[in-house]
Amino acid sequence: MSGTVPENYQSASEIVNLVTTCEISAVEILERYLNQIEEHEGDVHAFNLVTINEARAAAKETDRLIVEGEKLGPLAGVPVAIKDNLCTKGIPTTASSKILEGWKPPYDATVVKKLKQAGATVVGKTNLDEFAMGSSTENSAFGPTRNPHDLSCVPGGSSGGSAAAVAAGFAPIAIGSDTGGSIRQPAALCGVVGVKPTYGGVSRYGLLAFASSLDQVGPFATSVKDAAIVHEVIGGYDPLDSTSIKQAPNSFVQAIDEGVNKLKVGVISELMGGIDGITHEVIEQTNKAVSALSDAGAQVEAVSLPAALYCLSAYYLIAPAEASSNLSRYDGVRYGLRVDGASLKEMNVNTRTEGFGDEVKRRIMLGTYALSAGYYDAYYGKALKVRRLLAKNFADLYKDYDVLLSPTSPCTAFKLGAKVNDPMTMYVNDVCTIPSNLVGHPAISIPFGAGKDGMPIGVQVLAPPMKESVMYQVARTLEQASQ
Amino acid sequence: MNQEIFRDDWELIVGLEVHVELATQTKLFCGCLNQFGSEPNTNVCPVCLGLPGSLPVVNETAVYFAMRLGRALHCSVNRSVFARKNYFYPDMPKDYQISQYDLPTNLDGYLELPTGESIGIERAHIEEDTGKTTHIGTSGRISGSDYSLVDYNRAGIPLIEIVSKPEIRTIEQAKAYVSELRGIILALEISDAKMEEGSIRVDANVSVREIGEDNLRTRCEIKNVNSLKSLGRAIEYEANRHISLYGNGESPKQETRHWDEDAGRTRSGRSKEDAEDYRYFTEPDLVPLNPSKEIITRIDEEMPELPSERRGKLANLNGVKSNDATLLVERNHDAFALDAIKSGGEPEQVVKHLVNNLSDGLGALTTEALAQLVQMENGSEITSTQAKKMLGELVQKGGIPSDLAAELGFEAVSIKDLENLVDQLIKEHTDEWERFCSGDTKVQGFFVGQAMKLTSGQADGKAINQILNERSTSK
Repeated sequence: MSGTVPENYQSASEIVNLVTTCEISAVEILERYLNQIEEHEGDVHAFNLVTINEARAAAKETDRLIVEGEKLGPLAGVPVAIKDNLCTKGIPTTASSKILEGWKPPYDATVVKKLKQAGATVVGKTNLDEFAMGSSTENSAFGPTRNPHDLSCVPGGSSGGSAAAVAAGFAPIAIGSDTGGSIRQPAALCGVVGVKPTYGGVSRYGLLAFASSLDQVGPFATSVKDAAIVHEVIGGYDPLDSTSIKQAPNSFVQAIDEGVNKLKVGVISELMGGIDGITHEVIEQTNKAVSALSDAGAQVEAVSLPAALYCLSAYYLIAPAEASSNLSRYDGVRYGLRVDGASLKEMNVNTRTEGFGDEVKRRIMLGTYALSAGYYDAYYGKALKVRRLLAKNFADLYKDYDVLLSPTSPCTAFKLGAKVNDPMTMYVNDVCTIPSNLVGHPAISIPFGAGKDGMPIGVQVLAPPMKESVMYQVARTLEQASQ
Repeated sequence: MNQEIFRDDWELIVGLEVHVELATQTKLFCGCLNQFGSEPNTNVCPVCLGLPGSLPVVNETAVYFAMRLGRALHCSVNRSVFARKNYFYPDMPKDYQISQYDLPTNLDGYLELPTGESIGIERAHIEEDTGKTTHIGTSGRISGSDYSLVDYNRAGIPLIEIVSKPEIRTIEQAKAYVSELRGIILALEISDAKMEEGSIRVDANVSVREIGEDNLRTRCEIKNVNSLKSLGRAIEYEANRHISLYGNGESPKQETRHWDEDAGRTRSGRSKEDAEDYRYFTEPDLVPLNPSKEIITRIDEEMPELPSERRGKLANLNGVKSNDATLLVERNHDAFALDAIKSGGEPEQVVKHLVNNLSDGLGALTTEALAQLVQMENGSEITSTQAKKMLGELVQKGGIPSDLAAELGFEAVSIKDLENLVDQLIKEHTDEWERFCSGDTKVQGFFVGQAMKLTSGQADGKAINQILNERSTSK
């Protein structure tokens, strides 16, 4: 196995301390990370674009503010990698698709704006499966990202670039988006922490939509605490996002060390062997996590989430249906790629034929079909029923349990090319993560041991909506147990 | 086309879809100005341009306007949900239109026409307008054009679409429906409702059936109707086209047709058979609108007087014809009439002046002046000819009628003086008088003319006629 993972990670909170106390400058911090990028990015390909000049200018500005005695934000001088489906003003934003060729957004996503305001230094835009559709980052128009733990393996996806960037030490923190597991699954495969916040907890303004009712922006970090800090920065109500929650919680770090004593934890049986395809070694590690929580004083029991059986099917109707509509605007008329044709319609068709990759086309077709007259009730309508049933299942469980536990990914990182030609096998990668998206609940993936091949395994903590505090508490306990 | 067939054996069935641009400050889902006539593509932002990553935020005023219209049309205002209507067209920045589908804001109301007939309203929903495409080249249409220009200033302007039930049976009803709806919209002050500028756009669903038939036959949707007059012409043309087709053993096919004003005919647009499937689904970027009972109560309490009530107020007064009441409400002169009546003007005469002599506007005329003028006229202090002349002056310069009459030397000749004058004329023109008495009415004008000449036009023609008649019967 050949990898590029550094021996130690420096935490974001540590960097903030050093920078704000002038022990080290933001520029020096940045250069260290840029060196790491310089050395290993050729192997990993975590980035679509490293914004060296802008990053250097931003770090310099941070140092200037420190010298002038200005009060700095909670991420002062911390380099951050941004998934390339979040708008960055004046910087190309591609969603790893040819169709956005040459497009530079005239505005920053709310999340990017908040990170900058908190003093973070944007180092670049990370690779992803085209329009966040995939679980391996192999569906990128610009080539795959590789897993820093083993370059012959995928980093997971769709936020594989962000997960790999943090794992490879290219940035202490990164931002991803999670529609069916796109933060948590690559976090698990790359051995880092990844969080999908409550739907509406973090603004989607400036996130290139895949499936609007499922998409949520969240952090990657090397520790639970760092993830919580970033979550606090990017979270909160945004008047530009109508689905944003007015009373979104934004204090997670405070209670992070309160432990799990007396908490009730349910372990989802369906995801512990009840559903096919989840490997033995992953279940084994998750059981170890169960023991760790018991040892720490939690009351852990097996529970059933019956609708989990139908989640994958429901998701692969709802997400493509919304995507088919969200991706209509890439028509060659206003921005991005245009491939001419004899008529308007031909230009539209030529542009979309050339601009979109196979997986995106597959999902647009699937979603268009699912919404068509005569099929709506049988497909999309039925999928919405599963969603309601699942929400009821969760609500029932949360009457008795504080959090739920499951594996994050059914297996460790697989080899590049192993699944890319078999969509159904690829889709099963999301079986543990999809339920949280369908109901809009928060969930976190924490590294917990490794498989026989030495590749990281992640466990997932699921919590009720807006109850991230308890989720972070449990995650922090597991993190301590795994060290 | 044979009008007689249309009238005798066939029944016209029309349903109208009226799009109204709301006069909000800003667009439906962003802060861009809602302004007609700006430089192309200046009132735009990431949201109304549908740029990747942008999200809509609903304009509360637009929703409030929509609910007010709903209540004015006696609709129930419901929990409503936005939906996406998916189809590709360059003037739609997102290639879907945010509209409402199975859960619209307003449902099931009616609109009462001035005749007292009522037309059912199926729904009145909120949606965003599209941009405006101009095709450059010979045809003026997209096929065959050299290139096309798109202006997105209009994209995202709030619209309400009011869908009537297919309960309109005559062209007059169709026109009255639109002008009544326009009156309501103006009273609510939610749109400037200018048909020529496109702030009201009317599509007509037209079909015909034989009298006595229960089922509705195939309808065609007529677009591009830019005035009430062309609405009438378009419906008439289309109905007759259907009747001719049925007469030849054919049937119309369901389709969208465009009204060609110059040619005076409708032309086939896209066929509904191969029309697109809009794949409506709930707009995931917006949350449902859930108006509270309090808001609806407040809307009802703050409802301004609507045209039907205003008409009623006038029409209830002595001697006022309902047509005149309708006309004055349309001209927005009803409040003026009521004030003039309150100031002592006799209703019939006040309304008559407003309808006949003041259609070009009221200018400097005050309600008190009109009232006094009517009183002077009724008291025979001035003649109707003088009154009409004075109104012209009062509109232009204002002033008090009694002063103006003195200034102009208008003094009505008293009945006694007139009687003496007529008697003298009878004596001087015995031949003419004989002819008059034997029933030759042509000479009546001669006597009136003579009397006018001698009084410099200040005599009351009616009074002269009356005296002439009295004299001839008592002869």
